[in-house]
Amino acid sequence: MTALLWGIIHTWLVVGFAPLTVGMVRLTKARLQGRRGASPLQPYRDLWRLLQKESVVADSASWLFRSAPYIVFVSVWLAATILPTVTTDMVMTPAADLIALVALLGVTRFFTALAGLDVGTSFGGLGASREMFIASLAEPAMLMVIFSLSLLAHTTSPAQLVTFVLSGHVGLEVSVGLALGALLMVAIAENGRIPIDNPSTHLELTMVHEAMVLEYSGRHLALMEAAAMVRLLLFLSLITCVFAPWGIAGPGDGPLFLLLGLAAWSAKVLTLAVFLAIFETMVAKMRIFRIADFLGGALLLALLAIIFLYVSEAV
Amino acid sequence: MTMGAIAYDTAHLIGATVLMMGFGLLYQRRMTAVIRTYSLQAMALAAAAAWQAYIQDAPHLYATAAIALLFKGIAVPAALQWLVRKLGIHRTVETALGIGPTMMAGVGLVALSIVLVLPVTENATALTRESIALAMSVVLLGLLMMITRRNAVTQVVGFMALENGLLLGAVGAKGMPLVVEISIAFSVLVAMTLFGIFFFRIRERFDSLDLAYLETYRGERQ
Repeated sequence: MTALLWGIIHTWLVVGFAPLTVGMVRLTKARLQGRRGASPLQPYRDLWRLLQKESVVADSASWLFRSAPYIVFVSVWLAATILPTVTTDMVMTPAADLIALVALLGVTRFFTALAGLDVGTSFGGLGASREMFIASLAEPAMLMVIFSLSLLAHTTSPAQLVTFVLSGHVGLEVSVGLALGALLMVAIAENGRIPIDNPSTHLELTMVHEAMVLEYSGRHLALMEAAAMVRLLLFLSLITCVFAPWGIAGPGDGPLFLLLGLAAWSAKVLTLAVFLAIFETMVAKMRIFRIADFLGGALLLALLAIIFLYVSEAV
Repeated sequence: MTMGAIAYDTAHLIGATVLMMGFGLLYQRRMTAVIRTYSLQAMALAAAAAWQAYIQDAPHLYATAAIALLFKGIAVPAALQWLVRKLGIHRTVETALGIGPTMMAGVGLVALSIVLVLPVTENATALTRESIALAMSVVLLGLLMMITRRNAVTQVVGFMALENGLLLGAVGAKGMPLVVEISIAFSVLVAMTLFGIFFFRIRERFDSLDLAYLETYRGERQ
């Protein structure tokens, strides 16, 4: 019963919390760049404004263009509900594992790229081709990270992974550190953050994600933006869940533990958001063909994590 | 977790940091970034030596750590940076092989060293086995760096990284005499000086530090 209740609460919590996370990143970046910056609540207002507006669709757009925002948003949302962020005892958590999560993110990317191609503008096609280029490198790295973690914990289920890490059977493993490094690199690429893509630019030469959603307006754009926000929250939650799960409540814990879990989760995610902003301020954007080296590095880190599991006989 | 497990895990983590810096050297393309990464690797090596001194209760390893930190972490990188500025090549980017294939080869070498070490050290404890595997990987990555770079300065950095790997293996083994370590450290310094002189000679002769010119000069390539 509580599992169902928390499942429902968590589903809405993820959507409600995602714009605040993005707002926090933007505010920190503005402050670091010497600007005052908008309030962290600004993304909520942006989404609300977009929802009020009329959505204009190009003449050449097919049904795919219209339905893509809904498919994209729902699959990211579904992926976010799998993660045990506040408590491991949620109704959605046993339903799917981390590999299903990668698949759901793949669906998102596939439909975003198709929607970019659908209208037939050159920017959409450019963005779609770049997105697929990045995805083809980021996805193997992400899967490899998941394989290394599941070799260590003997499970691919996020809830069991959290329980395993909380049980203290795993020390300061080199493999865990390497996997964390790889996952951070993949998270930066998948969310289109700075060394890979700049989320706040509309400069033709460099944009990737923005180029694909350029034709959207009104509620369609609101859904696309919300999907990007939920995806950022999803990756930040995934990193905290697997590598710093302290505070997450288990099955049968009282409401006090659940509140503690909620507080710990939001504190961890917001801290990571601030760190992301600091990192983005420090580095410069890469040339597009350097991305292959960057993500190849992530894949190799994950591969090394697996190799070291065998050396330290942790398997 | 017991104290022994923490000591073991920390030694392992520091060793892996040295290895990661080895990969960092392969990944970097700009001259100043390569030298900075080398300096970080030497500092991680100093940390590894200091930690081994602490857990093995061997005070002479503190001297090793201090030598690694002062000479390799600070003096040699500073000298290299000075050389690079003096020679006016601090903006050079060149690799004989692309970054991607080099990194692939690097991971292959790490796997190779593990495959080599595992059967040899069947009776050893896991700590020894891992530190030997890590040290051997760092040595092989240094060799790879020397092979894949065409510039004399980056090749020297590869040589220094190789020597870092040797020292990483040496501090992990019990009973390494201090005299050996000091003599290694000083011979590296001497080598560094000789390399510096050679850089100037090579550039005087060919107007470049690209060693491909040397190959044509020796008649290996037309």
